[in-house]
Amino acid sequence: MQAYLREDGSKGIRNSLLVVYLVECAHHVARGISQKFPDQDVQLIGFPGCYPNSYAQSLMESLVTHSNVGAVLLISLGCEGFNRYGLEKVISDSGRPVNTLVIQENHGTAQTMETGSQWVEKTLTQLAATATVSMSVNELIIGTICGGSDGTSGITANPGIGRAFDQFVAKGARCIFEETGELIGCEGIMSERAASAKVAKDIVQAVEKAAIYYDVLGHGSFAPGNADGGLTTQEEKSMGAYAKSGASNIDGVIYPAQIPKRTGLYLLDVVPDGEVRFGFPNIADSAEIIELISCGAHVVLFATGRGSVVGSAISPVIKVCANPQTYRNMCADMDVDAGRIIENRGTLDEVGQEIFDLVVGLGNGVQSKSEQMGHREYLLTYKYFSAGRACA
Amino acid sequence: MPTVNTPQSQGELDNALLLLDDRDNCLVACRSIAANSVVDIDQQSVLIIYAIDLAHKAARKDIACGDKIVKYGAVIGSATLAIKRGEHIHLHNMQSDYLPTYIIPTRSEIEER
Repeated sequence: MQAYLREDGSKGIRNSLLVVYLVECAHHVARGISQKFPDQDVQLIGFPGCYPNSYAQSLMESLVTHSNVGAVLLISLGCEGFNRYGLEKVISDSGRPVNTLVIQENHGTAQTMETGSQWVEKTLTQLAATATVSMSVNELIIGTICGGSDGTSGITANPGIGRAFDQFVAKGARCIFEETGELIGCEGIMSERAASAKVAKDIVQAVEKAAIYYDVLGHGSFAPGNADGGLTTQEEKSMGAYAKSGASNIDGVIYPAQIPKRTGLYLLDVVPDGEVRFGFPNIADSAEIIELISCGAHVVLFATGRGSVVGSAISPVIKVCANPQTYRNMCADMDVDAGRIIENRGTLDEVGQEIFDLVVGLGNGVQSKSEQMGHREYLLTYKYFSAGRACA
Repeated sequence: MPTVNTPQSQGELDNALLLLDDRDNCLVACRSIAANSVVDIDQQSVLIIYAIDLAHKAARKDIACGDKIVKYGAVIGSATLAIKRGEHIHLHNMQSDYLPTYIIPTRSEIEER
């Protein structure tokens, strides 16, 4: 694979410039700047809230210094609570070009858009000269998620991703699966795969925390479409979701914005600590995708049965379609036809190999289906984690 | 006389109903199964009275009310009614042991209210 080498030593498979709004009030200005560059890799992310939040700050710090990101423009209204100069310092310390524009200090909307656009134009030229180096599979970080699951997900796409994960882990990559709320009911069998007694305990605790959280909220990570697709209970959905993790040992439980340091398979605990606050932990799939990316994921493997179309800002998403009927219905959105397994048109090993090869292809400049269609979804909301957890 | 609709007679699939783990008491439909079809369950012909959609579950054997439903070799909930072999297993006859399942009403259900 060919990668972009950052000054902090990380290697990215994309060379994106991010325009970041630091409160919803700055969203329009940031979007206006990003939309002036439709044919270039300029992407929009941000945080809507005016109140400061240490989780959001950590997530943002991790996202703006992601290996796929080459430069960052911060757009602040001026009176919001986000620590903009702290964020700016993290970016400049990483060696990436950064600029902060405060709308209230730049004569408002039009002038900020103009100044911002000029900076982006100049910086894109600079980014085009980023050094490229070769990258091997053992330098990759890969995340996985499922969304729009149905009764085929746990038989085809999820175990297919599991096979690819086994191969990636064996070759030295770092792999992350997530959503402890979607693993409720699997904690016992999952802990048997833990690499150590401590990890086993962490796994059970993380899932128990999720079960309590969802119990307070009244229902779990189960959407009506899951039931239409033949899934009846959270536990059943969980067992299917669990298959994405493959068969490798589980080497640790990590938190959002924590990049695993060593080769292996990690469970990302996305459910906040402490009493329930700020509402649902992950209001839609894109929030989980962004958390995987905050842990360094270069690529996210997305298993879907009912048919999700999302991609993501920052890292490409590969859509692995579990249901053969959905694939026929939405094939332009799907990268992999994993449902062929139940129609005897392929095996799990073949699907796993196809996913592996597609990831390597992304590292050689091929775009995923969602990238080609311009999907760059993004979500970041309030959460609370105990001190240190989300800031590793 | 119900239509005989076994996978063998279709000539494209080995099984209409897939067994994921030997310990399971439910099976998964690998294609949509029409009402009044006869399918093979553990080498015996079983009449499927109500249609079962792709990826939905059918009972592998008679299940008593309160019995655990086992899929992938793991408990996925409990039966809330007695379920006959070959019968569709879903929200009408089983529930989670952890959390309630949320569904949205169809347009016709809204209009009936």
